[in-house]
Amino acid sequence: MTELLQYEFMRRALLAAVLVGLVAPVIGTFLVQRRLALLGDGIGHVALTGVALGLLTSTSPVLTAAVVATVGAILMELVRVRTRTSGDVALALLFYGGIAGGVLLIGLTPGASNATLTSFLFGSVSTVGEQDIWIVGVLAVGVLAVLAVFGRELFVLCQDEEVARAHGLPVRFLSILLAVTAALTVVIAMRVVGVLMVSALMIVPVAAAQQLSRSFRVTMGLAVFIGLSSSLGGLTTAFYSDLAPGATIVLLALAVYCVAVLSGGLLRRTAKRRRATPPSTAARSPMDTMIQSDRGRLTP
Amino acid sequence: MGDGQGFDNHFRFRHNVGVSAQLIGSGSRSSQVPPAFQVVDAHAAYDGVPVLNGVDVQVPVGQTMAVLGPNGSGKSTLMRAMLGIVPLTSGRIHIHGTPLRRFRDWKRIGYVPQRLTAGGAVPATVREIVASGQVARRRRLSLSTKADRAAVEEALAAVDLSERAGDAVRELSGGQQQRVLIARALAGRPDTFVMDEPMAGVDADNQRALARTIARLSEQGSTVVLVLHELGPLENVIERAVVLEQGRVVHDGAPPAAIGACARPGHVHQHPHPDPNDPDPRVASTDAHSEIVRLEVPHRD
Repeated sequence: MTELLQYEFMRRALLAAVLVGLVAPVIGTFLVQRRLALLGDGIGHVALTGVALGLLTSTSPVLTAAVVATVGAILMELVRVRTRTSGDVALALLFYGGIAGGVLLIGLTPGASNATLTSFLFGSVSTVGEQDIWIVGVLAVGVLAVLAVFGRELFVLCQDEEVARAHGLPVRFLSILLAVTAALTVVIAMRVVGVLMVSALMIVPVAAAQQLSRSFRVTMGLAVFIGLSSSLGGLTTAFYSDLAPGATIVLLALAVYCVAVLSGGLLRRTAKRRRATPPSTAARSPMDTMIQSDRGRLTP
Repeated sequence: MGDGQGFDNHFRFRHNVGVSAQLIGSGSRSSQVPPAFQVVDAHAAYDGVPVLNGVDVQVPVGQTMAVLGPNGSGKSTLMRAMLGIVPLTSGRIHIHGTPLRRFRDWKRIGYVPQRLTAGGAVPATVREIVASGQVARRRRLSLSTKADRAAVEEALAAVDLSERAGDAVRELSGGQQQRVLIARALAGRPDTFVMDEPMAGVDADNQRALARTIARLSEQGSTVVLVLHELGPLENVIERAVVLEQGRVVHDGAPPAAIGACARPGHVHQHPHPDPNDPDPRVASTDAHSEIVRLEVPHRD
């Protein structure tokens, strides 16, 4: 491990991995809750256009990606609401527009090659510069601050938009806020895992965590733990085994998901068996009677 | 749902000046307190198809009112419009004397949507869902106070789900999830409730339990507006019924009498009526029993 920290580029890479592992699952929990798991992918494709714009204009690609991804996220939210286009079609439009725009612009950039394109598509955490780390750090703090301030409202919004409206919450503002926060998270994760796998760190840790948890809060905490472990573990493994870091991180997260599915099944079966044990008659409350008589009960 | 013991204590705090004033008598009700809801000449449409065609309804504070009507009559749309979820094409709505657009006192409103499940895609505990009902009264970045936590516990107790508070919502039955939704509305300590078919998909035992909760709210002076498919166990709780048909009010007054065994509380409805064209037009207008299967289409009435 100390060997890992000897290299300046690895220290930066590890810091980027920590920020991604921390932030992506937090926003991912809200996206999964809102059934917008693929939103990150859509925005990731748009971010590629931003990267290309940065390369073409010799500006920081991370900065231009942040701006373009934010605009893309707002556009997608407006397209979804205004044109009565369903969420998945709006996402598809983003996918195609973003990737086509990115490839076209990179092609126009003098000096840019397929290697440049590949490094953004699949991540190149070892080339993260000091400026990138600053931008990523500020974005991460911003995303976490937004979620700390608006978390309670976002929970209600992602749970049930109609109820959010009936509570008088600013539904349109919160929807756009969530989309923009997701866009900034995509930019944070982009350098580590690449735009094609950017959404994996937002979604896979959450999918794994929800196999093991019964509460929203615990799911989020567990997802962050899984996200951090996968990104740090994946990066370290990639360093020592000379593997592609982005892919290693994502595959490690998927492996955790598989383990979580198996252990979640076991946990539920044990809990079911415990519940099936009849309670003593002395302990029976009216509540027990209610459960017994409830014909709509899903679990025995 | 037990007998609601302690419910009076749970919800005594909800009595505000307005509610107490209207309890003096129906005469002072209209003169002193603006109505909880005032709907004037409401028109609404989905994709250009009119759903509400000039509805006028006024709900005095403290009244328990049912909105009845066959599927497609506009009853759910009316209720959603009353909360600003569905925009009106014309007409106006006031909530507690304030035009809907300017209404900000949302913590007074407890909304129970018609849902088959109470949870989202990510697991959440019963307590988490119920506590989220306080979103309109809690300030951003504020930690939950003792009073907030007490309100959640009281709401859970009112629907007899205290023992399931730590369980995942999706582990509960349909009827219990419906009770979670009602507890969520209670947790915000509102004085005005709007419930969209709270009895739909709920078995007879849970229906009676829900009816007891709603009866208690009514006794405590809350305003309760319910969209219902049939009165069922709520027959004795409902003070007034508004019956909609094709987006128009066709009856406004005493709840229509339930006729026939199929309309009695507790009856499990499993067969079509032999004669959907009931000779009594008043009953016919409220009777949508002729269908067996109800198709749920999101965002449609």
